[in-house]
Amino acid sequence: GSGGFRKRKHDNFPHGQRREEKENLNPSSALMTSFKSFQLELDTRHDKYERLVKLSRDITIESKRTIFLLHRFISAPNGEEILNESEVKLDAVRRKIKQVAQELIGEDMYQFHRAISPGLQEYVEAVSFQYFIKTRSLISIEEINKQLIFTAEDREETTNMTSNSHDKQPHTWSLKVTPVDYLLGVADLTGELMRLCISSVGNGDIDTPFELSQFLRQIYDGFTFIGNTGPYEVSKKLYTLKQSLAKVENACYTLKVRGSEIPKHMLADVFSTKTELIDQEEGLS
Amino acid sequence: MSVSEMFVALQGALTADQDIREEIRKVVQALEQTAREILTLLQGVHQGAGFQDIPKKCQKAREHFGTVRTQLESLKTKFPTDQYYRFHEHWRFVLQRLVFLAAFVVYLESETLVTREAVGEILGIEADRERGFHLDIEDYLSGVLTLASELARLAVNSVTAGDYSRPLRISTFINELDSGFRLLNLKNDSLRKRYDGLKYDVKKIEEVVYDLSIRGLNKEATVGAGGEK
Repeated sequence: GSGGFRKRKHDNFPHGQRREEKENLNPSSALMTSFKSFQLELDTRHDKYERLVKLSRDITIESKRTIFLLHRFISAPNGEEILNESEVKLDAVRRKIKQVAQELIGEDMYQFHRAISPGLQEYVEAVSFQYFIKTRSLISIEEINKQLIFTAEDREETTNMTSNSHDKQPHTWSLKVTPVDYLLGVADLTGELMRLCISSVGNGDIDTPFELSQFLRQIYDGFTFIGNTGPYEVSKKLYTLKQSLAKVENACYTLKVRGSEIPKHMLADVFSTKTELIDQEEGLS
Repeated sequence: MSVSEMFVALQGALTADQDIREEIRKVVQALEQTAREILTLLQGVHQGAGFQDIPKKCQKAREHFGTVRTQLESLKTKFPTDQYYRFHEHWRFVLQRLVFLAAFVVYLESETLVTREAVGEILGIEADRERGFHLDIEDYLSGVLTLASELARLAVNSVTAGDYSRPLRISTFINELDSGFRLLNLKNDSLRKRYDGLKYDVKKIEEVVYDLSIRGLNKEATVGAGGEK
Protein backbone atom coordinates (compact mmCIF):
# COMPACT_ATOMS: atom_id res chain seq x y z
CA GLY A 1 0.00 0.00 0.00
CA SER A 2 2.35 2.70 1.22
CA GLY A 3 5.07 1.33 -1.02
CA GLY A 4 2.93 1.97 -4.05
CA PHE A 5 2.34 5.54 -2.98
CA ARG A 6 5.98 6.20 -2.47
CA LYS A 7 6.81 4.76 -5.83
CA ARG A 8 4.46 7.12 -7.60
CA LYS A 9 5.79 10.10 -5.71
CA HIS A 10 9.35 9.51 -6.77
CA ASP A 11 8.42 8.47 -10.23
CA ASN A 12 11.07 10.55 -11.92
CA PHE A 13 13.83 8.80 -10.08
CA PRO A 14 13.77 5.35 -11.63
CA HIS A 15 13.39 6.97 -15.00
CA GLY A 16 16.64 8.82 -14.51
CA GLN A 17 18.25 5.60 -13.44
CA ARG A 18 17.05 3.80 -16.48
CA ARG A 19 18.21 6.46 -18.88
CA GLU A 20 21.64 6.30 -17.32
CA GLU A 21 21.77 2.57 -17.87
CA LYS A 22 20.59 2.81 -21.41
CA GLU A 23 23.42 5.19 -22.16
CA ASN A 24 25.86 2.77 -20.66
CA LEU A 25 24.82 0.20 -23.22
CA ASN A 26 27.43 -0.28 -25.80
CA PRO A 27 25.79 -0.78 -29.19
CA SER A 28 28.76 -2.80 -30.37
CA SER A 29 29.00 -5.05 -27.34
CA ALA A 30 29.32 -8.78 -27.88
CA LEU A 31 25.70 -9.32 -26.91
CA MET A 32 24.37 -6.68 -29.29
CA THR A 33 26.53 -7.97 -32.14
CA SER A 34 25.23 -11.48 -31.72
CA PHE A 35 21.63 -10.27 -31.55
CA LYS A 36 22.17 -8.37 -34.77
CA SER A 37 23.20 -11.62 -36.42
CA PHE A 38 20.15 -13.33 -34.88
CA GLN A 39 17.98 -10.64 -36.43
CA LEU A 40 19.44 -11.40 -39.82
CA GLU A 41 19.04 -15.14 -39.38
CA LEU A 42 15.43 -14.94 -38.21
CA ASP A 43 14.45 -12.48 -40.94
CA THR A 44 15.97 -14.70 -43.61
CA ARG A 45 14.09 -17.69 -42.26
CA HIS A 46 10.77 -15.84 -42.02
CA ASP A 47 11.14 -14.44 -45.54
CA LYS A 48 11.75 -17.88 -46.94
CA TYR A 49 8.74 -19.20 -45.07
CA GLU A 50 6.53 -16.45 -46.48
CA ARG A 51 7.73 -17.10 -50.01
CA LEU A 52 6.93 -20.79 -49.59
CA VAL A 53 3.46 -20.05 -48.22
CA LYS A 54 2.76 -17.91 -51.25
CA LEU A 55 3.99 -20.62 -53.61
CA SER A 56 1.88 -23.16 -51.75
CA ARG A 57 -1.22 -20.99 -52.20
CA ASP A 58 -0.56 -20.65 -55.92
CA ILE A 59 -0.13 -24.41 -56.18
CA THR A 60 -3.41 -24.95 -54.34
CA ILE A 61 -5.36 -22.55 -56.57
CA GLU A 62 -3.98 -23.97 -59.81
CA SER A 63 -4.57 -27.55 -58.66
CA LYS A 64 -8.17 -26.75 -57.74
CA ARG A 65 -8.73 -25.25 -61.18
CA THR A 66 -7.31 -28.37 -62.77
CA ILE A 67 -9.77 -30.47 -60.79
CA PHE A 68 -12.69 -28.30 -61.93
CA LEU A 69 -11.51 -28.65 -65.47
CA LEU A 70 -11.33 -32.41 -65.15
CA HIS A 71 -14.88 -32.55 -63.87
CA ARG A 72 -15.95 -31.16 -67.22
CA PHE A 73 -14.23 -34.10 -68.90
CA ILE A 74 -17.12 -36.50 -68.53
CA SER A 75 -19.82 -34.20 -69.80
CA ALA A 76 -17.86 -32.60 -72.63
CA PRO A 77 -17.61 -34.24 -76.01
CA ASN A 78 -14.02 -33.06 -76.50
CA GLY A 79 -12.52 -35.25 -73.77
CA GLU A 80 -9.07 -35.52 -75.28
CA GLU A 81 -8.74 -31.77 -75.47
CA ILE A 82 -9.61 -31.31 -71.81
CA LEU A 83 -7.15 -33.98 -70.79
CA ASN A 84 -4.42 -32.19 -72.72
CA GLU A 85 -5.39 -28.90 -71.18
CA SER A 86 -5.21 -30.40 -67.71
CA GLU A 87 -1.73 -31.69 -68.51
CA VAL A 88 -0.66 -28.16 -69.43
CA LYS A 89 -2.10 -26.85 -66.19
CA LEU A 90 -0.38 -29.51 -64.13
CA ASP A 91 2.90 -28.67 -65.82
CA ALA A 92 2.43 -25.10 -64.66
CA VAL A 93 1.83 -26.38 -61.13
CA ARG A 94 4.99 -28.47 -61.36
CA ARG A 95 6.95 -25.39 -62.34
CA LYS A 96 5.77 -23.79 -59.10
CA ILE A 97 6.80 -26.90 -57.20
CA LYS A 98 10.18 -26.61 -58.84
CA GLN A 99 10.49 -23.15 -57.33
CA VAL A 100 9.63 -24.66 -53.96
CA ALA A 101 12.34 -27.28 -54.46
CA GLN A 102 14.80 -24.54 -55.32
CA GLU A 103 13.90 -22.61 -52.18
CA LEU A 104 14.57 -25.73 -50.17
CA ILE A 105 18.04 -26.44 -51.56
CA GLY A 106 20.36 -27.05 -48.65
CA GLU A 107 17.49 -26.74 -46.17
CA ASP A 108 15.79 -29.29 -44.03
CA MET A 109 12.50 -29.79 -45.86
CA TYR A 110 10.62 -30.53 -42.66
CA GLN A 111 11.53 -27.16 -41.23
CA PHE A 112 9.28 -25.54 -43.82
CA HIS A 113 6.88 -28.41 -44.26
CA ARG A 114 3.98 -26.60 -42.66
CA ALA A 115 4.25 -23.87 -45.29
CA ILE A 116 4.05 -26.13 -48.32
CA SER A 117 2.01 -29.08 -47.09
CA PRO A 118 -1.46 -27.75 -48.14
CA GLY A 119 -0.26 -27.05 -51.67
CA LEU A 120 1.32 -30.46 -52.01
CA GLN A 121 -1.84 -32.21 -50.84
CA GLU A 122 -3.91 -30.34 -53.38
CA TYR A 123 -1.40 -31.22 -56.07
CA VAL A 124 -1.60 -34.91 -55.12
CA GLU A 125 -5.38 -34.65 -55.37
CA ALA A 126 -5.26 -33.09 -58.85
CA VAL A 127 -2.60 -35.37 -60.25
CA SER A 128 -4.23 -38.54 -58.91
CA PHE A 129 -7.62 -37.42 -60.24
CA GLN A 130 -6.17 -36.97 -63.70
CA TYR A 131 -4.36 -40.29 -63.43
CA PHE A 132 -7.58 -42.01 -62.44
CA ILE A 133 -9.49 -40.59 -65.39
CA LYS A 134 -6.74 -41.72 -67.73
CA THR A 135 -5.98 -45.17 -66.33
CA ARG A 136 -8.77 -45.96 -63.84
CA SER A 137 -6.21 -46.77 -61.16
CA LEU A 138 -4.50 -45.12 -58.23
CA ILE A 139 -1.25 -43.29 -58.83
CA SER A 140 1.52 -44.44 -56.49
CA ILE A 141 3.58 -42.11 -54.33
CA GLU A 142 6.68 -43.19 -56.23
CA GLU A 143 5.07 -42.14 -59.50
CA ILE A 144 4.23 -38.72 -58.09
CA ASN A 145 7.72 -38.20 -56.75
CA LYS A 146 9.21 -39.24 -60.07
CA GLN A 147 7.46 -36.32 -61.71
CA LEU A 148 8.88 -33.95 -59.14
CA ILE A 149 12.50 -34.31 -60.14
CA PHE A 150 13.49 -31.23 -62.04
CA THR A 151 16.44 -30.46 -64.18
CA ALA A 152 17.65 -27.04 -65.13
CA GLU A 153 16.17 -26.16 -68.49
CA ASP A 154 17.61 -22.80 -69.32
CA ARG A 155 21.03 -21.52 -68.55
CA GLU A 156 19.87 -18.37 -66.88
CA GLU A 157 18.15 -20.23 -64.12
CA THR A 158 21.20 -22.35 -63.39
CA THR A 159 23.53 -19.42 -62.96
CA ASN A 160 20.98 -17.76 -60.75
CA MET A 161 20.68 -20.70 -58.50
CA THR A 162 24.30 -21.74 -58.21
CA SER A 163 25.24 -18.32 -56.95
CA ASN A 164 23.30 -18.77 -53.73
CA SER A 165 23.21 -22.49 -53.26
CA HIS A 166 25.62 -24.88 -51.67
CA ASP A 167 24.17 -27.93 -53.33
CA LYS A 168 26.37 -30.70 -54.60
CA GLN A 169 24.41 -31.28 -57.80
CA PRO A 170 23.17 -27.90 -58.91
CA HIS A 171 21.44 -29.27 -62.01
CA THR A 172 18.66 -31.33 -60.54
CA TRP A 173 16.23 -30.54 -57.80
CA SER A 174 13.69 -32.85 -56.37
CA LEU A 175 10.90 -32.63 -53.92
CA LYS A 176 9.46 -35.62 -52.17
CA VAL A 177 5.84 -35.80 -51.18
CA THR A 178 5.70 -37.33 -47.72
CA PRO A 179 3.53 -40.42 -47.15
CA VAL A 180 1.20 -38.38 -44.96
CA ASP A 181 0.75 -35.66 -47.59
CA TYR A 182 0.08 -38.37 -50.12
CA LEU A 183 -2.51 -40.05 -47.92
CA LEU A 184 -4.32 -36.80 -47.22
CA GLY A 185 -4.31 -35.96 -50.92
CA VAL A 186 -5.75 -39.38 -51.79
CA ALA A 187 -8.42 -38.97 -49.12
CA ASP A 188 -9.44 -35.69 -50.79
CA LEU A 189 -9.44 -37.47 -54.13
CA THR A 190 -12.24 -39.73 -52.94
CA GLY A 191 -14.47 -36.67 -52.49
CA GLU A 192 -13.86 -35.72 -56.11
CA LEU A 193 -14.60 -39.27 -57.22
CA MET A 194 -17.90 -39.15 -55.37
CA ARG A 195 -18.81 -35.98 -57.25
CA LEU A 196 -17.72 -37.62 -60.47
CA CYS A 197 -19.95 -40.60 -59.74
CA ILE A 198 -23.08 -38.53 -59.11
CA SER A 199 -22.52 -36.31 -62.12
CA SER A 200 -21.79 -39.23 -64.43
CA VAL A 201 -25.17 -40.71 -63.54
CA GLY A 202 -26.64 -37.39 -64.52
CA ASN A 203 -25.15 -37.93 -67.94
CA GLY A 204 -26.72 -41.34 -68.26
CA ASP A 205 -23.46 -43.16 -67.71
CA ILE A 206 -24.38 -46.32 -65.83
CA ASP A 207 -21.02 -48.12 -65.82
CA THR A 208 -18.85 -45.48 -64.18
CA PRO A 209 -20.65 -45.53 -60.79
CA PHE A 210 -20.01 -49.24 -60.37
CA GLU A 211 -16.41 -48.86 -61.34
CA LEU A 212 -16.05 -45.96 -58.92
CA SER A 213 -17.66 -47.76 -56.01
CA GLN A 214 -15.25 -50.63 -56.59
CA PHE A 215 -12.29 -48.26 -56.59
CA LEU A 216 -13.45 -46.25 -53.59
CA ARG A 217 -13.99 -49.44 -51.63
CA GLN A 218 -10.37 -50.42 -52.29
CA ILE A 219 -9.17 -47.06 -51.05
CA TYR A 220 -11.43 -47.24 -48.02
CA ASP A 221 -10.07 -50.69 -47.20
CA GLY A 222 -6.59 -49.27 -47.52
CA PHE A 223 -7.36 -46.47 -45.08
CA THR A 224 -8.94 -48.83 -42.58
CA PHE A 225 -5.80 -50.95 -42.83
CA ILE A 226 -3.76 -47.92 -41.81
CA GLY A 227 -6.31 -47.07 -39.15
CA ASN A 228 -4.84 -45.01 -36.38
CA THR A 229 -1.18 -45.80 -37.02
CA GLY A 230 -1.18 -42.64 -39.11
CA PRO A 231 -1.29 -39.14 -37.72
CA TYR A 232 -4.46 -37.55 -36.44
CA GLU A 233 -5.33 -35.78 -39.70
CA VAL A 234 -5.49 -39.08 -41.53
CA SER A 235 -7.96 -40.62 -39.08
CA LYS A 236 -10.04 -37.44 -39.30
CA LYS A 237 -10.36 -37.86 -43.07
CA LEU A 238 -11.54 -41.42 -42.62
CA TYR A 239 -14.95 -40.20 -41.50
CA THR A 240 -15.53 -38.06 -44.61
CA LEU A 241 -14.24 -40.92 -46.72
CA LYS A 242 -16.87 -43.20 -45.24
CA GLN A 243 -19.59 -40.71 -46.11
CA SER A 244 -18.37 -40.42 -49.71
CA LEU A 245 -18.29 -44.16 -50.04
CA ALA A 246 -21.82 -44.46 -48.63
CA LYS A 247 -23.10 -41.97 -51.19
CA VAL A 248 -21.52 -43.85 -54.06
CA GLU A 249 -22.72 -47.22 -52.78
CA ASN A 250 -26.23 -45.91 -52.39
CA ALA A 251 -26.10 -44.55 -55.91
CA CYS A 252 -25.12 -47.97 -57.21
CA TYR A 253 -27.87 -49.54 -55.18
CA THR A 254 -30.49 -47.25 -56.68
CA LEU A 255 -29.15 -47.89 -60.14
CA LYS A 256 -29.37 -51.62 -59.66
CA VAL A 257 -32.82 -51.67 -58.13
CA ARG A 258 -34.56 -49.04 -60.18
CA GLY A 259 -32.32 -48.69 -63.18
CA SER A 260 -34.37 -51.19 -65.13
CA GLU A 261 -37.63 -49.46 -64.31
CA ILE A 262 -36.85 -45.82 -64.83
CA PRO A 263 -36.26 -44.33 -68.24
CA LYS A 264 -32.65 -43.18 -68.56
CA HIS A 265 -33.48 -39.51 -68.93
CA MET A 266 -35.13 -39.50 -65.51
CA LEU A 267 -32.27 -41.12 -63.63
CA ALA A 268 -30.71 -37.81 -62.73
CA ASP A 269 -33.88 -36.73 -60.91
CA VAL A 270 -34.03 -39.93 -58.91
CA PHE A 271 -30.45 -39.38 -57.84
CA SER A 272 -30.71 -35.80 -56.80
CA THR A 273 -33.57 -36.65 -54.42
CA LYS A 274 -31.76 -39.70 -53.15
CA THR A 275 -28.54 -37.85 -52.35
CA GLU A 276 -30.43 -35.00 -50.73
CA LEU A 277 -32.03 -37.52 -48.47
CA ILE A 278 -28.62 -38.81 -47.42
CA ASP A 279 -27.42 -35.32 -46.73
CA GLN A 280 -30.39 -34.67 -44.50
CA GLU A 281 -29.86 -37.85 -42.57
CA GLU A 282 -26.24 -36.98 -41.97
CA GLY A 283 -27.15 -33.49 -40.92
CA LEU A 284 -29.44 -34.90 -38.27
CA SER A 285 -27.03 -37.38 -36.76
CA MET B 1 0.94 -52.08 -57.99
CA SER B 2 -2.51 -52.70 -56.61
CA VAL B 3 -4.19 -50.28 -54.26
CA SER B 4 -3.90 -52.62 -51.28
CA GLU B 5 -0.19 -53.21 -51.92
CA MET B 6 0.34 -49.44 -51.96
CA PHE B 7 -1.40 -49.04 -48.65
CA VAL B 8 0.60 -51.88 -47.11
CA ALA B 9 3.79 -50.08 -48.15
CA LEU B 10 2.51 -46.79 -46.74
CA GLN B 11 1.51 -48.44 -43.51
CA GLY B 12 5.02 -49.84 -43.24
CA ALA B 13 6.46 -46.36 -43.62
CA LEU B 14 4.12 -45.01 -40.95
CA THR B 15 4.99 -47.76 -38.50
CA ALA B 16 8.71 -47.22 -39.04
CA ASP B 17 8.07 -43.56 -38.30
CA GLN B 18 6.27 -44.39 -35.09
CA ASP B 19 9.11 -46.62 -33.95
CA ILE B 20 11.56 -43.77 -34.39
CA ARG B 21 9.30 -41.47 -32.40
CA GLU B 22 9.05 -44.03 -29.64
CA GLU B 23 12.84 -44.31 -29.40
CA ILE B 24 13.20 -40.54 -29.35
CA ARG B 25 10.62 -40.22 -26.62
CA LYS B 26 12.55 -42.61 -24.39
CA VAL B 27 15.77 -40.61 -24.66
CA VAL B 28 13.93 -37.33 -24.22
CA GLN B 29 12.40 -38.63 -21.00
CA ALA B 30 15.86 -39.38 -19.65
CA LEU B 31 17.00 -35.92 -20.72
CA GLU B 32 14.09 -34.32 -18.91
CA GLN B 33 15.06 -36.22 -15.78
CA THR B 34 18.63 -34.90 -15.93
CA ALA B 35 17.38 -31.40 -16.64
CA ARG B 36 15.18 -31.55 -13.54
CA GLU B 37 18.14 -32.66 -11.45
CA ILE B 38 20.25 -29.74 -12.66
CA LEU B 39 17.39 -27.34 -12.01
CA THR B 40 16.96 -28.61 -8.45
CA LEU B 41 20.67 -28.16 -7.90
CA LEU B 42 20.66 -24.59 -9.18
CA GLN B 43 17.47 -23.64 -7.33
CA GLY B 44 19.66 -23.73 -4.22
CA VAL B 45 21.03 -20.30 -5.03
CA HIS B 46 17.72 -18.71 -4.12
CA GLN B 47 18.10 -19.74 -0.51
CA GLY B 48 19.98 -17.50 1.87
CA ALA B 49 22.86 -19.87 2.38
CA GLY B 50 23.04 -20.69 -1.30
CA PHE B 51 24.70 -17.42 -2.21
CA GLN B 52 27.95 -18.44 -0.62
CA ASP B 53 28.58 -21.59 -2.58
CA ILE B 54 27.46 -20.59 -6.03
CA PRO B 55 30.74 -21.72 -7.61
CA LYS B 56 30.38 -25.13 -6.01
CA LYS B 57 26.83 -25.50 -7.31
CA CYS B 58 27.92 -24.47 -10.80
CA GLN B 59 30.70 -27.00 -10.64
CA LYS B 60 28.24 -29.74 -9.76
CA ALA B 61 25.83 -28.64 -12.48
CA ARG B 62 28.63 -28.79 -15.02
CA GLU B 63 29.26 -32.37 -14.02
CA HIS B 64 25.61 -33.17 -14.71
CA PHE B 65 25.96 -31.67 -18.16
CA GLY B 66 28.28 -34.58 -18.86
CA THR B 67 25.26 -36.89 -18.56
CA VAL B 68 23.32 -34.57 -20.83
CA ARG B 69 26.04 -34.84 -23.44
CA THR B 70 25.94 -38.64 -23.46
CA GLN B 71 22.14 -38.61 -23.59
CA LEU B 72 22.10 -36.17 -26.51
CA GLU B 73 24.74 -38.30 -28.17
CA SER B 74 22.38 -41.29 -28.03
CA LEU B 75 19.47 -39.12 -29.25
CA LYS B 76 21.48 -38.31 -32.36
CA THR B 77 21.63 -41.98 -33.28
CA LYS B 78 17.85 -42.44 -33.18
CA PHE B 79 16.95 -40.73 -36.45
CA PRO B 80 18.53 -39.71 -39.79
CA THR B 81 20.59 -36.54 -39.40
CA ASP B 82 18.86 -34.70 -42.22
CA GLN B 83 15.43 -35.11 -40.62
CA TYR B 84 16.08 -32.97 -37.55
CA TYR B 85 13.00 -30.81 -38.04
CA ARG B 86 10.77 -33.76 -38.66
CA PHE B 87 11.07 -34.78 -35.03
CA HIS B 88 11.97 -31.40 -33.64
CA GLU B 89 8.81 -31.09 -31.53
CA HIS B 90 9.84 -34.05 -29.39
CA TRP B 91 12.95 -32.46 -27.92
CA ARG B 92 12.14 -28.82 -28.38
CA PHE B 93 10.93 -28.28 -24.84
CA VAL B 94 13.75 -30.11 -23.10
CA LEU B 95 16.36 -28.45 -25.29
CA GLN B 96 15.02 -25.01 -24.36
CA ARG B 97 15.15 -26.01 -20.74
CA LEU B 98 18.76 -27.17 -21.12
CA VAL B 99 19.71 -23.92 -22.85
CA PHE B 100 18.26 -22.05 -19.90
CA LEU B 101 20.19 -24.19 -17.43
CA ALA B 102 23.45 -23.74 -19.32
CA ALA B 103 22.82 -20.01 -19.57
CA PHE B 104 22.07 -19.85 -15.85
CA VAL B 105 25.27 -21.63 -14.94
CA VAL B 106 27.31 -19.37 -17.22
CA TYR B 107 25.61 -16.31 -15.79
CA LEU B 108 26.27 -17.34 -12.22
CA GLU B 109 29.91 -18.00 -13.05
CA SER B 110 30.77 -15.00 -15.16
CA GLU B 111 27.65 -12.76 -15.27
CA THR B 112 27.64 -12.83 -19.06
CA LEU B 113 25.20 -14.16 -21.59
CA VAL B 114 26.17 -17.55 -22.91
CA THR B 115 26.72 -17.53 -26.66
CA ARG B 116 24.97 -19.96 -28.92
CA GLU B 117 28.30 -21.62 -29.68
CA ALA B 118 29.07 -22.00 -25.98
CA VAL B 119 25.70 -23.67 -25.35
CA GLY B 120 26.55 -26.03 -28.17
CA GLU B 121 29.80 -26.90 -26.44
CA ILE B 122 28.19 -27.40 -23.05
CA LEU B 123 25.52 -29.69 -24.52
CA GLY B 124 27.86 -31.35 -26.99
CA ILE B 125 25.85 -30.32 -30.06
CA GLU B 126 26.57 -28.21 -33.13
CA ALA B 127 25.78 -24.53 -33.46
CA ASP B 128 25.29 -24.86 -37.18
CA ARG B 129 22.58 -26.87 -38.91
CA GLU B 130 24.84 -28.16 -41.62
CA ARG B 131 27.09 -30.04 -39.28
CA GLY B 132 24.51 -32.28 -37.65
CA PHE B 133 22.35 -32.16 -34.55
CA HIS B 134 22.23 -28.49 -33.75
CA LEU B 135 20.60 -25.89 -31.59
CA ASP B 136 17.79 -24.05 -33.33
CA ILE B 137 18.02 -20.29 -32.92
CA GLU B 138 14.46 -19.99 -31.62
CA ASP B 139 15.14 -22.61 -28.97
CA TYR B 140 18.26 -20.73 -27.92
CA LEU B 141 16.34 -17.47 -27.63
CA SER B 142 13.54 -19.15 -25.68
CA GLY B 143 16.03 -20.53 -23.22
CA VAL B 144 17.56 -17.08 -22.79
CA LEU B 145 14.12 -15.63 -22.04
CA THR B 146 13.61 -18.22 -19.32
CA LEU B 147 16.91 -17.06 -17.86
CA ALA B 148 15.51 -13.52 -17.68
CA SER B 149 12.59 -14.56 -15.45
CA GLU B 150 14.90 -16.63 -13.29
CA LEU B 151 17.18 -13.62 -12.81
CA ALA B 152 14.22 -11.43 -11.86
CA ARG B 153 13.54 -13.91 -9.09
CA LEU B 154 17.20 -14.03 -8.15
CA ALA B 155 17.27 -10.23 -7.82
CA VAL B 156 14.46 -10.34 -5.26
CA ASN B 157 16.01 -13.18 -3.30
CA SER B 158 19.49 -11.73 -3.27
CA VAL B 159 18.10 -8.63 -1.53
CA THR B 160 16.49 -10.87 1.06
CA ALA B 161 19.81 -12.58 1.55
CA GLY B 162 21.49 -9.22 2.04
CA ASP B 163 23.36 -9.07 -1.24
CA TYR B 164 22.48 -5.57 -2.45
CA SER B 165 24.92 -5.33 -5.31
CA ARG B 166 23.66 -8.28 -7.32
CA PRO B 167 20.32 -6.70 -8.35
CA LEU B 168 22.18 -3.76 -9.87
CA ARG B 169 24.33 -6.05 -11.96
CA ILE B 170 21.32 -8.14 -12.95
CA SER B 171 19.54 -4.95 -13.96
CA THR B 172 22.35 -3.94 -16.31
CA PHE B 173 22.42 -7.41 -17.78
CA ILE B 174 18.65 -7.65 -18.32
CA ASN B 175 18.54 -4.19 -19.85
CA GLU B 176 21.14 -5.19 -22.36
CA LEU B 177 19.24 -8.37 -23.08
CA ASP B 178 16.07 -6.34 -23.57
CA SER B 179 17.72 -4.08 -26.12
CA GLY B 180 19.08 -7.16 -27.83
CA PHE B 181 15.61 -8.65 -28.20
CA ARG B 182 14.29 -5.33 -29.43
CA LEU B 183 16.48 -5.79 -32.50
CA LEU B 184 14.56 -8.89 -33.51
CA ASN B 185 11.50 -8.89 -35.73
CA LEU B 186 9.56 -11.70 -34.17
CA LYS B 187 6.65 -13.42 -35.79
CA ASN B 188 3.46 -14.00 -33.91
CA ASP B 189 4.53 -17.36 -32.52
CA SER B 190 5.48 -18.92 -29.22
CA LEU B 191 8.82 -17.12 -29.09
CA ARG B 192 7.07 -13.79 -29.46
CA LYS B 193 4.72 -14.75 -26.62
CA ARG B 194 7.69 -15.53 -24.41
CA TYR B 195 9.34 -12.28 -25.39
CA ASP B 196 6.24 -10.35 -24.37
CA GLY B 197 6.90 -11.57 -20.85
CA LEU B 198 10.39 -10.07 -20.78
CA LYS B 199 9.13 -6.57 -20.02
CA TYR B 200 7.62 -7.79 -16.75
CA ASP B 201 10.96 -9.23 -15.73
CA VAL B 202 12.64 -5.94 -16.61
CA LYS B 203 10.03 -4.07 -14.60
CA LYS B 204 10.39 -6.35 -11.61
CA ILE B 205 14.15 -5.88 -11.51
CA GLU B 206 13.84 -2.14 -11.89
CA GLU B 207 11.51 -2.08 -8.92
CA VAL B 208 14.07 -3.93 -6.84
CA VAL B 209 16.79 -1.50 -7.91
CA TYR B 210 14.48 1.39 -7.10
CA ASP B 211 13.70 0.05 -3.65
CA LEU B 212 17.40 -0.25 -2.94
CA SER B 213 18.15 3.19 -4.33
CA ILE B 214 15.63 5.15 -2.27
CA ARG B 215 17.05 3.56 0.86
CA GLY B 216 20.56 4.35 -0.17
CA LEU B 217 21.39 0.68 -0.19
CA ASN B 218 22.88 0.70 -3.65
CA LYS B 219 25.69 2.98 -2.48
CA GLU B 220 26.74 0.58 0.23
CA ALA B 221 26.30 -2.37 -2.04
CA THR B 222 29.96 -3.24 -1.87
CA VAL B 223 29.92 -3.17 1.91
CA GLY B 224 27.23 -5.83 1.90
CA ALA B 225 24.55 -6.41 4.45
CA GLY B 226 25.42 -3.47 6.68
CA GLY B 227 23.12 -1.05 4.92
CA GLU B 228 20.24 -0.92 7.42
CA LYS B 229 19.59 2.44 8.97
